[in-house]
Amino acid sequence: MSGTMAEQPRTAVSNPPVRALAANFGEQDMMRRSATRSEPVPTRQLTPVAKLIDVSKCIGCKACQSACIEWNDTDPGVGVNVGVYENPHDLTDQMYTLMRFTEWVNPETSNLEWLIRKDGCMHCADPGCLKACPAPGAIVQYTNGIVDFIHENCIGCGYCVKGCPFNIPRISQTDHRAYKCTLCSDRVAVGQGPACAKACPTQAIVFGTKEDMKKHAAERITDLKSRGFANAGLYDPPGVGGTHVMYVLHHADKPNIYSDLPDNPRISPLVETWKGMTKYVGLAVMGFAAVGSIVHGIFGRANRVAREDEENAEKLVEGRPVPPPPEEPAPETRAG
Amino acid sequence: MTNSWTDIRNTDLVVVMGGNAAEAHPCGFKWVTEAKANRGAKLIVVDPRYTRTASVSDMYAPIRQGTDIAFLLGVMNYCIQNDRVQWEYTKAYTNASFIVKDGFGYSDGLFTGYDEEKRDYDKSSWDYVIGEDGFAQVDPTLQHPRCVWNLLKQHVSVYTPEMVQRICGTPQDKFLKVAQMISECSTPTKTMTSMYALGWTQHSHGAQNIRAMAMLQLILGNIGVRGGGMNALRGHSNIQGLTDLGLMSHLLTGYLNMPTEAEADYATYMSTRQFKPLRPGQTSYWQNYSKFMVSFQKAMWGDAARAENDWAYDYIPKLDVPSYDVLRMFELMNQGRVNGYLCQGFNPLLAFPDRNKITSALSKLKFLVTMDPLDTETSRFWENHGEFNDVNPAAIRTEVFQLPSTCFAEEEGSLTNSGRWLQWHWPGGSPPGEAKHDNWITAQIFLRMRELYRREGGAFPDPVLNLSWEYADPDEPTAEELAKEINGRALVDLADPADPSKVLLQAGKQVVNFSQLRDDGSTMCGCWIYSGCFNEAGNNMARRGTEDPDGTGTYLNWTFAWPLNRRTLYNRASADLQGRPWDPSRKLLEWNGTQWTGYDVPDIAPNAKPGDVMPFIMNQEGTSRLFARGMMRDGPFPAHMEPFESPVPNVLAPRMRGNPVARIFQSDVARFGNSDEFPFAATSYRLTEHFHFWTKHNRVNAALQPEFFVEISHELAAMRGITEGGWVRVWSKRGSVKAKAVVTRRIQPLHCDGGRVVHVVGIPLHWGFMGAAKKGFGPNSLSPFVGEANIETPGYKAFLVNIEPTTPPGVVS
Amino acid sequence: MSQDVIPAGSAQPGDAVHPGPPVTVNRYGPLQRLNHWITASSLILLLLSGMALFTPELFFLTGLFGGGQNTRTFHPWIGVILFFSFFIFFFQLWKANLPERTDWIWLTRIKDVVGGHEENLPELGKYNAGQKFIFWGMTGLILVLIASGLLIWDQYFGEATSILIRRIAVLTHAIAAVLIICMFILHVYAGIWTRGTLRAMTRGTVTGGWAWRHHRKWLRQLAGRRKVDPAE
Repeated sequence: MSGTMAEQPRTAVSNPPVRALAANFGEQDMMRRSATRSEPVPTRQLTPVAKLIDVSKCIGCKACQSACIEWNDTDPGVGVNVGVYENPHDLTDQMYTLMRFTEWVNPETSNLEWLIRKDGCMHCADPGCLKACPAPGAIVQYTNGIVDFIHENCIGCGYCVKGCPFNIPRISQTDHRAYKCTLCSDRVAVGQGPACAKACPTQAIVFGTKEDMKKHAAERITDLKSRGFANAGLYDPPGVGGTHVMYVLHHADKPNIYSDLPDNPRISPLVETWKGMTKYVGLAVMGFAAVGSIVHGIFGRANRVAREDEENAEKLVEGRPVPPPPEEPAPETRAG
Repeated sequence: MTNSWTDIRNTDLVVVMGGNAAEAHPCGFKWVTEAKANRGAKLIVVDPRYTRTASVSDMYAPIRQGTDIAFLLGVMNYCIQNDRVQWEYTKAYTNASFIVKDGFGYSDGLFTGYDEEKRDYDKSSWDYVIGEDGFAQVDPTLQHPRCVWNLLKQHVSVYTPEMVQRICGTPQDKFLKVAQMISECSTPTKTMTSMYALGWTQHSHGAQNIRAMAMLQLILGNIGVRGGGMNALRGHSNIQGLTDLGLMSHLLTGYLNMPTEAEADYATYMSTRQFKPLRPGQTSYWQNYSKFMVSFQKAMWGDAARAENDWAYDYIPKLDVPSYDVLRMFELMNQGRVNGYLCQGFNPLLAFPDRNKITSALSKLKFLVTMDPLDTETSRFWENHGEFNDVNPAAIRTEVFQLPSTCFAEEEGSLTNSGRWLQWHWPGGSPPGEAKHDNWITAQIFLRMRELYRREGGAFPDPVLNLSWEYADPDEPTAEELAKEINGRALVDLADPADPSKVLLQAGKQVVNFSQLRDDGSTMCGCWIYSGCFNEAGNNMARRGTEDPDGTGTYLNWTFAWPLNRRTLYNRASADLQGRPWDPSRKLLEWNGTQWTGYDVPDIAPNAKPGDVMPFIMNQEGTSRLFARGMMRDGPFPAHMEPFESPVPNVLAPRMRGNPVARIFQSDVARFGNSDEFPFAATSYRLTEHFHFWTKHNRVNAALQPEFFVEISHELAAMRGITEGGWVRVWSKRGSVKAKAVVTRRIQPLHCDGGRVVHVVGIPLHWGFMGAAKKGFGPNSLSPFVGEANIETPGYKAFLVNIEPTTPPGVVS
Repeated sequence: MSQDVIPAGSAQPGDAVHPGPPVTVNRYGPLQRLNHWITASSLILLLLSGMALFTPELFFLTGLFGGGQNTRTFHPWIGVILFFSFFIFFFQLWKANLPERTDWIWLTRIKDVVGGHEENLPELGKYNAGQKFIFWGMTGLILVLIASGLLIWDQYFGEATSILIRRIAVLTHAIAAVLIICMFILHVYAGIWTRGTLRAMTRGTVTGGWAWRHHRKWLRQLAGRRKVDPAE
C-alpha cells in the first residue's frame, strides 16, 4: 500500500508555485545545439527529467490534447470524422500531441484490447531531428534532456522530419517553422510539469526526474504483471540513447501494436549517412576537385591554340589543302 | 453516492455497469486508478460497448442494453447458490428476516395486484406481516418460507447463467467470471463499489436496475463500508444539488414531498409522513418530518407561515397528477395546453426524447424564455438549418426571448457533487456582454410578477405577495444570502429542551445543523439536509482542508457534505453488531463502549448502542430493504423487464412489453417501433471529448471530436454495406438522422435467446446545429417518449432503429 | 542556309564558319548563350544555397539570400528554373552529344588529352567525349536532383511520400549535389584550361584554329557545308 510506494512525481500532480519564478534553465544549460560544430558547454548539469506515459492507465480522454492546445495557444481547427477517434487525424503544427487508438485482439486471450497511446515528441537522448537540422541553434538539447525547437532559428526545411525516428515534427504552412512538443520547457523552467501531465485525470501522464519515473514505472510494471500482463515493461528505447518521454506498455514485447510505435527506434542509417559520410566524403571530393583544378591550372600547361591551327583553319575555309583526316576511325554514317 | 469520490480508492473491486466512468467522469475516475494502483483493485466493466472504461478494465463482459436486472439477479443467484453471502450483515442489517404477507407473489413477469386497465399495481399485499404489537414479524433464523430471504432466493433462482446468456447475450464464461469476482467481495475484508450513471437510470425500469445492484451490495455487506456503496455518478456537476433542492416537480427541498390533491390539509399530509418504527428501538428518522417541513415553510413565507394557518400549507401547490415531469410538460405543451415556458440552463430540443415532438410542442407556445450562457438549439428551434433543423420559421408563432446568463465560472455559489459535497466556488472571470446572473434574472421576474399581483390581485395572490424576500439588494440576492437561508436560523431564542433556562441559540443566529430545527415556528431552514453548510462557524462549503488522518479518504475538513458533513451514508453498517469494524484495516467507525468514534460523522445517534439500534435510521425497519414493500411502483423486487422497444421478446413473460406500470401517453403509442421494421438495438451515450451540448461551442473540444457519428460492428457494417467513415442514415419510428459511421470491434453482435443475433448501434449525443463543431444530430431525434416508471426519467438507452448507407446531408446555411 | 539541308555529322543549325583571317566559327547562338548562363547562374546559386544547408560551416552563405528562411524558400525555385533552362538547352544539344566510336578512342587516350597532345587524338565532332560526359552527367544528375528535390520540397510535397522515401531522397539529393558540383568544377576548369573556349559562351564564336585543334571534324563539316551552300 501507500507506505511502500516510491516518492511520487510532484510537479505535475500538486499545485505549482503561484509566485513568479525566474526561469531556472535556459541558454546556459544547452548541451547540444543543431548545426553547430563546437558543442555548447553547459555551465552546470541539470537533473534529467522525464514524462512517463502509463498506457495501461490512460483512458484516452484527450485532456492532454486539450491542455496542450490551451497552453500553447494553438488552433488545430474543426475537422471531420473519418470513422476513427483520432482527431485531428495526425500530429500537426497546431497539435503537438495526439491520442492514437488501436483495436487489438490479443491472440492469447481472444479478448479485445483498446490500446490508446499518446503520441508526441519522445525527447530522445540522441535526437535525430537535431542531427538532421541544418540551421544553427534551431534545435537544442538541455542537460535535463529536453529537446527544444528555437523557432526564430528555424528555416522550415523539414530536415528534422526526416531525422526523427518517431515521425513527430510538423512544419507550419503559415510561418514555415517546425513544431513539436517542447515538454513544456517554458513550464518546466518555472517549476511546473508539462500541461498534459497537469491535465491528465488518471495520472497516466506523470512527470519528474527520469530516475523517479523509472522507479514509478517499475511499480506499475509489477502491478501489470500481477494482472496477467507478463510482458509489461518500460519503453525507453536504447537505440536513441533512451528517451525523456517513456511509456509503460502492457505488451512491451511488441511496441508496434500501439499505433506503430517503433520496436527498435534509432536514427535511420540513411540519415546517419547523409549527415555523416556524405557530408565528409562529399566535402572532401568537392574540395579535392576544386583544389586539384587550381593546382593543375597553376602548375599545368594550358592547352593553347597554335599558330598552325589557325592557318590550317584558314586553308580549310579557303579550300586549300590541309592535312587530311586520318584513315581510322571508319567514316561516320552521314545524314542529309 | 452513498460514499464519496475519494473513498473509491479504498475499494477492492470496482464494477462499472450502467455507466462509463472513464469516459463521462474522467476526473472522478482517477480514484479508480488510485484503487487499482494502490490496492491492486480490479475493475469490471459490463456494457454493450467496449468503452474507454473497459479499455483499462481487468474484466469486460458484454450485455444487451436494458437487461441489467437479469444480469444482476443472476449474480445474486450465483452468490446465494455458492454461499457467497455476508451472512452476519445480511441477517442483521437487511430485512431478510422480515415475514411477508401471504397475498404477495410473482408470476408471468407480474407481481400480485396488477391492474392492466390502470397500468398500475394494487400494492397492499407487498408488505410485512405486522404483529399485534404493531411491529413487523421477523424470523432471525431465516427458516420461515415467507421471510424476505426465502422469497428473494426463489425470485432470483430463475436467473441461471444460461438464462442470463439468453436474456443479456453475455457469454456464460464471461458472466461466471464476473459473478465469481463479485462474489469474492462477500467476505468482510473485501469490498466492492458500484459506479453507475445514466446507463441505469435512463430506462423505463431504471430504479429497479439500481435496486438490483443495491440488493447485491447488501447481501455482500458492502453498504456503509469504506470502498463500498452505491455510487451514482451524476451527469452534471450539480445534478445532485438539483434533486436535493427540490427542483423535481413532485419534491420540495431535502426530499420532502410536494403535497398531492388528496392531501388538502396539513394534518392529512403529515399523517402519512412521520413513519413510526417497525421494529422496537429503531430510530426512523422521518419522525422528525414536521420539524423540517415547518422550518421550510418559515423559510418560504416567514411571518406569514403561522401555526394558525397550518404554516401556510395552503400556499403550496397540490399535485393533481403524480408529477409534472418534463415528459408530461411537453405532452401538455404539444396538446396546446401550455402558454409560456421559462427554460433556464436547459436545452430540451436536444435533451428530451422524440425531438420532432419537442419541436412541435415548442411551436405551440405563446412565448419561450431561454436563460443560458450559450446560444442553444432550443432558443433557435424556430430557425431553419437545412436538414439539421428542417422547420418553417414562418409557420412558428412562438415569441422567443433569449436572456444571456452567466456560466458557472463567472458565478459565486456552491455545486453539489455526486458525493454530496457542497463545494463553494468563486467567479473566475467577469460575464461577457449583457450576460446576467441567474439570481438577478429570477429576482427581476419575481419582483415584476409580485408587483402585478399587488396591483391586480388575482385568484390567490398570497403565496407570491407573502414570499419571504429578505435580501440586502432585492434585485439580486447573493449566493451567501441564499446559502444562509438554506442552512436556517433561529427566529426566536431557542431554549435548551433539557434545561429551559438555558438559551441554546439566540434569535437570528444560524442553526448549527438540522438537529436544532423545530416544528413550532421558532426556526427556519430552506433545505434541511443542507443545514450545517453555513452556520455560525462560517461558510463550511468554502473549507479547503486537505487533512486526512490515516489516509481514509474522508477529508472531513474539505467543504461540507450533506447530511451533517457525513462522508459515507449508513456508515454505522461498517461495524458489526458489537460495534467492531468488519475490516479493522478499513475502520470507519467503532463503538468505544459509550459512543461511536472514528473517521466519519456517525450515521446514527452517537450514543446509540450497537446491538440495539440498527444502522439504516431513515427506514422504519432500522434495516435496509431487500424487499421494498410498496415503495416502488413496479415491484418490491426487481424483475427482468424488456425495454418498450426491444429486439427480442421478454424470455420470462413473452406477453409483456416494457415496464408494465410505466406511463405511456396515448399520443405516443403509435410512435413505438417493433423489431421487424427496426431490427437494431440503439443506445446513446457521451464521449469524453465533450460535455453535453455545451462544449461543441468551444473550438478546442470541437477540434477533438468534430462531427456526429454512430458506432456499429464490422458485422453490421458488412450486412448493410456501410463503409468506415461513410455517411449513414439511422432512423426510428420517430425520426431520422444522418451520421458518419465508425465501424469498430468495440461493438460486437450479441447472441441472445434462440440464437437471435442482436446488433447494437451506438449513438453519441453531443451534436446539434449551433456552435463550433460540425452540424449534426442527437440521439433524441430517435429515442422514445417514455419515462422511468417511478421517477419519469426519459429512457435513452435502449430503443430500436434501422440503418443504411446514405449521402451527406445537404446544408442550407 | 535552308532548313532542309541538314549538315552532316555533329554540326548543328546555326553553326557556321566565317573566313578570316582570322577564321571564326559560330558555336553558340545568343539564345543558347543566354540559356547557358541562366543555367549556370542557377547552378551557382543552387550550389551556394545548397552548400549553406549542407554543412553548418557554410550556413553563413544563407546571408547571401537574406537568411535561412529565404534560402530554404529560394533554393527549390532556383532548382525549377535550372531544370527548365537546362532542358531547353538539352533539346538543342542532345543530338550532337550522342556517343560515337571516336569517343572511345578519345577516352582511351585520355593521357594525351590531359597532356595536350591533340595530334594523337582522332578528329572530333562538335563535342569530345569529356564534354559529352559532362552533358549527359549533368542531364542525369539534374534529373535526379529535381526528382529528389521535389520529394523533399517540404512546402509543397512534404506529405506526399513516406518518410523513408524522403530520407532516401534527401540522401540521394546530397550525393547527386556533390557529384554535380564536381562535374561543375570539371566543366569550368576544362573551359578555362582549354584556352579559347570561354569565348564560345561569351561571344558565341571560337577561332578557326580552336576548332581545327579540338573539333576538326566539326570544322571540316562546317567548311564542307559552306561549299554546298554558298549563300553566306
